[in-house]
Amino acid sequence: MNPLLEVTGISKRFGPTIALENVSLSAHAGRVLALIGENGAGKSTLLKTLSGAHRADAGTMSLEGRPYRPSSPIDARDSGVAIVYQELTLAPDLSVEDNVMLGRTGTGAGTLLRSNQRAAVTEALHRVGLHHVSPKARTGDQSVATQQLIEVARALISDAKIILFDEPTSSLPAADVDRLFQIIDNLRSRGLAIIYISHFLEEVRRVADDYAVLRDGNSVGSGELASITDDQIISLMVGRDVDDLFPSVPHEIGEVRLEVEDLGAAPMPKDVSLSLRRGEIFGVAGLVGAGRTELLRCLFALEPTYAGHVRLDGRRLPHNVRGRRKAGFGLLSEDRKSEGLAQNLSIVENLAMGNHDRYTTAGWINLNARLRDAREWIKKVEIKAQDPGQSVSELSGGNQQKVAIARLLAQDAEIYLLDEPTKGIDVGTKAEIYRMMGELAADGKTVIFVSSYLPELLAVCDRVGVMTRGRLAETRDADQWDEEELMVAALAAVEER
Amino acid sequence: MTENQTRPNKLHWLTSFRHGPTLALLAIIALFALLDWQFGSGRFFSPRNARVIVNSAALIAVPALGMTMIIIAGGIDLSAGTALTLSGTALAIAFRDYTIPADQAGAATWIAAALALGLGVGILCGLVNGLIISLTEMVPFIVTLGTMTIFLGLGQVIADESTVYPESGHLPDWLRYLCYTGSNSDHYWLGFLHIPSSALIAIVLGLLVAAVMHFTVFGRNVVAIGSNASTARLCGIRVGWTTALVYALAGIFVAVGALLYFANVKNGNPSDGTGKELEIIAAVVLGGGSLSGGRGSVLGTIIGALIIKTISSGCTMLSIPNTYTHIIIGVIIIIAVLIDGLRNGAPKWLFDRLR
Repeated sequence: MNPLLEVTGISKRFGPTIALENVSLSAHAGRVLALIGENGAGKSTLLKTLSGAHRADAGTMSLEGRPYRPSSPIDARDSGVAIVYQELTLAPDLSVEDNVMLGRTGTGAGTLLRSNQRAAVTEALHRVGLHHVSPKARTGDQSVATQQLIEVARALISDAKIILFDEPTSSLPAADVDRLFQIIDNLRSRGLAIIYISHFLEEVRRVADDYAVLRDGNSVGSGELASITDDQIISLMVGRDVDDLFPSVPHEIGEVRLEVEDLGAAPMPKDVSLSLRRGEIFGVAGLVGAGRTELLRCLFALEPTYAGHVRLDGRRLPHNVRGRRKAGFGLLSEDRKSEGLAQNLSIVENLAMGNHDRYTTAGWINLNARLRDAREWIKKVEIKAQDPGQSVSELSGGNQQKVAIARLLAQDAEIYLLDEPTKGIDVGTKAEIYRMMGELAADGKTVIFVSSYLPELLAVCDRVGVMTRGRLAETRDADQWDEEELMVAALAAVEER
Repeated sequence: MTENQTRPNKLHWLTSFRHGPTLALLAIIALFALLDWQFGSGRFFSPRNARVIVNSAALIAVPALGMTMIIIAGGIDLSAGTALTLSGTALAIAFRDYTIPADQAGAATWIAAALALGLGVGILCGLVNGLIISLTEMVPFIVTLGTMTIFLGLGQVIADESTVYPESGHLPDWLRYLCYTGSNSDHYWLGFLHIPSSALIAIVLGLLVAAVMHFTVFGRNVVAIGSNASTARLCGIRVGWTTALVYALAGIFVAVGALLYFANVKNGNPSDGTGKELEIIAAVVLGGGSLSGGRGSVLGTIIGALIIKTISSGCTMLSIPNTYTHIIIGVIIIIAVLIDGLRNGAPKWLFDRLR
């Protein structure tokens, strides 16, 4: 069978940077192609080239056997190529139907839809399983998962022949991920071609038929998923054998250091009690919105609490961020972009933020010492950057995360509160972060590790607790859990209600 | 190889250029010198006119130093103009009613008290802004829009809605000649150089602010807050406290600006300040300050003030009516911000096309 979309020898350069070099792939009707690669491998550039946002410097593309050279995203959509982006692109104040029709010729926001158009919107919403959503409802009031499906409906209504999903599950709770997969299955059975970008190999296995791997802008392998193992895919992605996805560092668990008693805040967490030891890595599992992030923020005193207290080495701690930092708490924010780092400041500035005391005498900073220190951290945690003065926004996600982690290390924290530290970063960097966590524990630090990715929790942590509806429901040693039990525990209290 | 790395493009020469304001100032000076030589009186490019420009730029630059800190911290102060004349009016009243002639014994104490009053009013204005903004977390634009008219009204109340004229005998010589631009060497602090004292004050204060912003923890915290207040909070920086302090410090510069302004006009008119805040903000923006915070430069601000005053002086020399001067300055501001935007990759459509 001829492929629906065929890409041959695409190259794209930005100045001296080669983003894509001689990339080829083909997507077939009725099949799901997984596009796999580390951050910075060129997936997004390829996606933007397919959608008409970028124009390739060399190479050809064909759609249904005809040459395909989209001049803009709208042109691409009119040709039958639609994209569901990682970040939502809906207008929150418009109605659902306005958003579905947004950008279609002959309609505009606020104008009345013709009755046949309205019928088409309803049908598209039904096809993505949104029977319960009123087309008139305000889009911003819908859940993230619903909004993502509205985006899919938008793709469907433009008679898309091929839909590209850019890491669609990164902002979805697990239950909705399943629903999305069912819809993708459904689209496939209707003869659409799907290109699915993801970091998660389990997801890829669940949803895709074929794979194509990009590395450093090159196609390094493609074929049927059934004929390749996870380890083989990973070694294609990183260009070397990864014998150990979850490197473990032996560490010894000592005396109790952090005690949390009946911690409560509005609306979350509720009555959380915890006791953590020196050298312990404690995992927190749970659905998005279960209160895991809120727990960490309350422990760091970023949010007000109404009940309970926090003790470190038997000493009760005052409820303010400076006090907690001084006591040795360090928080890694889940939101690297808008909270974790000041994106437009340099690596040096970000590393030094809050840590200036180290190079300061009588209020005056020793800039040379600061720069020397930054250079050392860049080397120590292997941040790939041209220059310590480079702005953080220019780094890849994984390297940005390393800057944020290096700041905690520079702070010399004792208690590490890590909120989704491996979110949106590549496999190689993930392994480095696991190793760092192990080394911290070996060094006698205490780590709380919040994650939605169950395999890493089970592999890296000593103990894992599950949060549901703001409560810490159940805690066991990591080897007493398996993924299914964790999922059941996370969902349990939800069903109770 | 990262996907979101900055991409050098056809506008690279522009985006990597960092001396825009300085170059613009030199170009404007050259342009006016040429035009004045051809069509004007030829007095534009003279030491005397340079002193006039430098002095009037200092009057803007000093309060603009405080504004630079505020803008770097991600704020704005619309009340700077009326706070300046409120402080200046208080100073004028003190010199009119509560001091003795400067040549009498014991006058120094009274003069010191008058200066302390002016300074105190300025700091208080800044502190009020800072406390309201940090305690209520309201938008600085709105808060200072409110205090702008409050300070104007307060000034009119204490001045009985008129202009305050202190007797010139009450002013000490150093104050009277603070903004002197004439040819008598005795009236300059550095007699051999003939630089107006106001400009020397602006330069010293500018060096001080630049040092504070670059080399102190406080300065870097201000930059951090302006770049991303959430990150700053996460790093244990006292965001509210620092913000309040920035506005209070800006009050000092407003008060020194008021002193210079008073020395220049020798009276106190509370309504003079209306619109001055825009000139002050324009100086910061021309110098590369970003209203979204995190960016701004002391040297840039001083050059921005010089640009504004060079243009108005040049226009005067060429007998261009005041109305056109406003238009020219407005156009220059928009062009400056546009060029600054280009350095940062905006507008996006243009850069996308050039890729």
